[in-house]
Amino acid sequence: MTTMDARSMGTSVRRIEGPDKVTGTAPYAGDTVADGTLVLYPVQATVARGEITAIDTSAATALPGVAAVVTHLDAPRLADDGDPEHRVLQGTTVHHRGQYVAAVLADHAEVAAEAARLVVVSYDEAPSTTGFDPDGGSYTPSALGNGQAPDSVVGDPDAALAAAPVVVKASYATPMEHHNPMEPHATTATWVDGRAIVHEASQGADLARQTLATLFDAEVEVSSPHVGGGFGTKGFLHAGTVLAVLAARTVPGRPVRFALGRRQMFETVGYRPATVQHMALGAEADGRLDALVHDVVGATARYKEFVEPAGGSSRSMYAAPHRRTSHRAVPLDLDAPTYMRAPGEAPGSFGLECAMDELAVALDMDPIELRVRNEPSVHPENGLPFSSRGLVECLRTGAERFGWSTWDRAPRRRLVDGWWHGVGVGCGTFPAFRMPGSTAEITFTGGRYVVAIGAADIGQGARTVLTQIAADALGVDVGSIEVEIGSTSLPVGSIAGGSAGTASWGSTVVEAADRFRDKYGEDPDDGDHADAATPDNPWAEEFAMAAYVAQFAEVAVHADTGEIRVPRLLGTFGVGRILNPTLGRSQLQGGMVWGLSMALHEESVVDPRFGEVINHDLAGYHIAANADVREIDAQWIDEDDGYVNPMGAKGIGEIGIVGVAAAIANATYHATGVRVRSLPITCDDLLTDPAFG
Amino acid sequence: MKPFTYARPDEASDAVAALVADPDARFLAGGTNLLDHLKLGVVEPSQLVDVNRVTSTEITELDDGTLRIGAGVANSDLAADSRVRRRYPAVAAAILAGASGQLRNMASTGGNLLQRTRCPYFADATTPCTKRSLDEACSAREGWARYHAILGASESCIATHPSDLAVALVAVDAQVQVLGPDGARTIPIGEFHRLPGDDPTRDTVLEHGDLVTAVDLPAPAPAVTNSTYRKVRDRASYAFALVSVAAGLEVRDGVVADVRIALGGVAHKPWRATTAEAALRGRPATDEEFRAAITAELEAAEPVESPLGGNAYKIPLVTGTVVSTLRGLAGGTS
Amino acid sequence: MTTTIPLSITVDGEQRDLDVDPRTTLLDALRERLAVTTPKKGCDHGQCGACTVLVDGRRVLSCLTLAVAKDGADVVTANGLAPDGGSHPVTEAFLANDAFQCGYCTPGQVCSAVGAIDEARRGMPSAATADLAGDDVVLDRAEIAERMSGNLCRCAAYVNIVTAVEEAASR
Repeated sequence: MTTMDARSMGTSVRRIEGPDKVTGTAPYAGDTVADGTLVLYPVQATVARGEITAIDTSAATALPGVAAVVTHLDAPRLADDGDPEHRVLQGTTVHHRGQYVAAVLADHAEVAAEAARLVVVSYDEAPSTTGFDPDGGSYTPSALGNGQAPDSVVGDPDAALAAAPVVVKASYATPMEHHNPMEPHATTATWVDGRAIVHEASQGADLARQTLATLFDAEVEVSSPHVGGGFGTKGFLHAGTVLAVLAARTVPGRPVRFALGRRQMFETVGYRPATVQHMALGAEADGRLDALVHDVVGATARYKEFVEPAGGSSRSMYAAPHRRTSHRAVPLDLDAPTYMRAPGEAPGSFGLECAMDELAVALDMDPIELRVRNEPSVHPENGLPFSSRGLVECLRTGAERFGWSTWDRAPRRRLVDGWWHGVGVGCGTFPAFRMPGSTAEITFTGGRYVVAIGAADIGQGARTVLTQIAADALGVDVGSIEVEIGSTSLPVGSIAGGSAGTASWGSTVVEAADRFRDKYGEDPDDGDHADAATPDNPWAEEFAMAAYVAQFAEVAVHADTGEIRVPRLLGTFGVGRILNPTLGRSQLQGGMVWGLSMALHEESVVDPRFGEVINHDLAGYHIAANADVREIDAQWIDEDDGYVNPMGAKGIGEIGIVGVAAAIANATYHATGVRVRSLPITCDDLLTDPAFG
Repeated sequence: MKPFTYARPDEASDAVAALVADPDARFLAGGTNLLDHLKLGVVEPSQLVDVNRVTSTEITELDDGTLRIGAGVANSDLAADSRVRRRYPAVAAAILAGASGQLRNMASTGGNLLQRTRCPYFADATTPCTKRSLDEACSAREGWARYHAILGASESCIATHPSDLAVALVAVDAQVQVLGPDGARTIPIGEFHRLPGDDPTRDTVLEHGDLVTAVDLPAPAPAVTNSTYRKVRDRASYAFALVSVAAGLEVRDGVVADVRIALGGVAHKPWRATTAEAALRGRPATDEEFRAAITAELEAAEPVESPLGGNAYKIPLVTGTVVSTLRGLAGGTS
Repeated sequence: MTTTIPLSITVDGEQRDLDVDPRTTLLDALRERLAVTTPKKGCDHGQCGACTVLVDGRRVLSCLTLAVAKDGADVVTANGLAPDGGSHPVTEAFLANDAFQCGYCTPGQVCSAVGAIDEARRGMPSAATADLAGDDVVLDRAEIAERMSGNLCRCAAYVNIVTAVEEAASR
């Protein structure tokens, strides 16, 4: 299979909406300013579990400027869509601290916030469990967050481990993490003649529309032209959106705006749940794996299950005749976890790739060579051939560029100006797939091709890249294309998620372009138009399809203080065709910075006495700042994969983060001789280890 | 946020009088900490008295060599002043190690000293905190205590003082000029901040209505001219200290003639390491001596053990940071 | 009942008069009262930099500024850097170097960059300045990264932001 010809694809077309973004005039969901807009401020549960016994809204209602106070006692009824997170103000049960229990609508933000503080809620509090204890009561979930089965077994891994000449067994921990896009979730909703008009910060306007239409049994329009970052949290709707649309229904005709505060981003919009990963690798002396075991215990919410598929990548990364993955879930009385950039792969690669490093040490073998020796010829579990698999080339190419061979493999050898330096490698994969259900419409008007599809630009550059795809599919210049996205007034688009947005919308646009040309040829008339639904990928069941990466890190650790810095990161990617090198590099590098941030900074600390994340702001929950990022480089190998989609693009939203935390942890070991198996890695871990000196 | 009124007097005495007349009134200077606390509901004043018209934004040199910094001088201007940078490098470095460019443009010299702790339980009005109310217990002691105090704490409070500037000012023996209801007075910086004891609601010795008008930096001793500030934090910038050290060193013939060590991130106030200083004077300027001295200082340390993260690591961290910093001031690799 | 206070400020070259609640921040006054939504609310607590504007020429956080305290001030947002409708070197450099993804932090980054470049030209040091006693600042990548660290970018377009600021500063 070959990919379609590229003229614009592969070139660095500038972001189409760039001028609006640098001047701040691109309208985000919270930027809607209309006369008569009411500001929503929520009242949130102060207990982690229990029942509301009374709500006194009298003081709040009496405050001048307050238009309404909505509680479960008077809120409009919602249909049940099966998602407990959407049962907003529908009853007395409290499932987690921070759950919305009332909403105040007022004409100014200051008044709404003050009134919300005046609402008195009484609770009958029930005992709750909010601290993650991996040895506490766990259960086997019905499915993982990605829909896969919780367990997989090939051969007899326990017997193979018992017989293996070299065995590494270790447990790795990853913490709860929050997405924290710079734009907190925001909704502006107006009910007009029984129809809800919603401006939403969403990774998928149509999914939002479907959800709201079901809940409210009404016609709903959603627009989401610009989204200030998503990373998974703006995919499926959270309670705040429902609350805003619900409250707006009580004041028909008036716009209601709910822009979440940063603290609410730690309480109501999901997170990556904590995991403990028990790894066991058994190998021959030459490094070939006999057994690979990845047993995961992860947190979930008692009221809504989501299980991080952390063992998923261990099902395909390396060959081993005997293998097992398993996932167990510990239910907690917290807000429900959800998809967060590379769900499964990001934390799972920390366990697997650190264990591989430990095995390399045990074998006294180069960790790159160890991985090469365990490269599978087919998918190790299902036996499918790979549509393309660039891991070995990524390792070799990256090692060359990084200068890997210039480093002594023994740890704790390089001390420069008071800093220990070391290098590490970590690998990763992320599936390449296509979501069904989009429709693209192409209309020739005024000498230009208007391409309409309800796609979402959350910063990845969908507007720009779809323009390039459409231009090449139609065989015209990008100047002849106008792409319309981000609204349910357009044909349906699937969500920006799973690194499948561009693959799904792009395949649909290519199909529509083919139909357009078939119908009208090269010289269409004004008004000619064609549409197409997302075509099935005929190769989907024939091949295993995934992106791969080899991440290389150089770490510097201060010999006196244990401070950890990352002077160099290199990611070498096998991700098919890069459709726009400038945008693609930015996205891959951004993912790598997420990996750095995960390795060194990010941890949501739940205080079980209060049932809340105690570091619930951006001063307490660190994400990488500009000064944390030094030399960072993303490169890619030439990879022509015609099986994934016509563009040959595998998706690059998530692969950037995968493997970075392991590379940094492995480099930290190489620099200092201290093996840290829990994220984030901080000076505490090093200073309290006798091996640090 | 509860409603409040706003006043902007033209005279310092009027500002002080406004607070004297209203026990729930507060001064507003740069606002970077106060606005945060208003939004969090940590403070609920009846009135804000804006002192930006009544505090000096000048840095002037007095006849005795003292550098007088008006309380209204922005942090960024203080750090940029060439006299401060050359004579009191620890002071300039401390400011630059804190916050961000925007915040340093806003924050005032006086306000910086009056910053309140960043203890998350203090900032969260829904969790008990003795510093907010003497009727409540300390939540940090059995909570997330990674950032908390190892020295001078009490049962009621293990908070640390967050200011970087204050740590450096302690090392250079600054004096705080205060205008109060009974007139002006001078408070040595070392006596300005308090330990929590059984009243952690009070961070400083100031009384209601006291207005910081200036901070005086005495003519620099050689150990002040040879000073620096070292801040250890997880993030490379824009983060509060795990620990920090303001240190100055004068070495003559290989022997410590004068030394100043003040620690941040370890106590309810900037901690002058007097035990370590005394141990070092007259001793050789070597790693071993530096280590022995700070180890002696830390004998009084009482780290917090907590299931959510304790702070015992601060003992090796302070030790390493002090040794490294003094080594650098002595001409070695820091 | 709260009494409001009259306020007169210049926003992006235009004089604006309004009455505000003393509690209103400059950010809320701009966004909610004057419909100037260029500065963004990322945290509302001075921890992200998305609300950065220039007040009387200096970069500040509008979320931690009380509007009433800025009576008479000259406020410039990323949309008012070139009031004649032309382009500004910093916004041009952000576009040329793809120094953003989602764009939400970008107006704050742009204002912060303008302020940071000006501060460096005036010789103001940063934590990355090797020689604190010197009078000149060499705005290299480490200096820029440190000076721009008060503006978080979750998309992490930091590499391109630094390049853009480097390019704009050299003009």
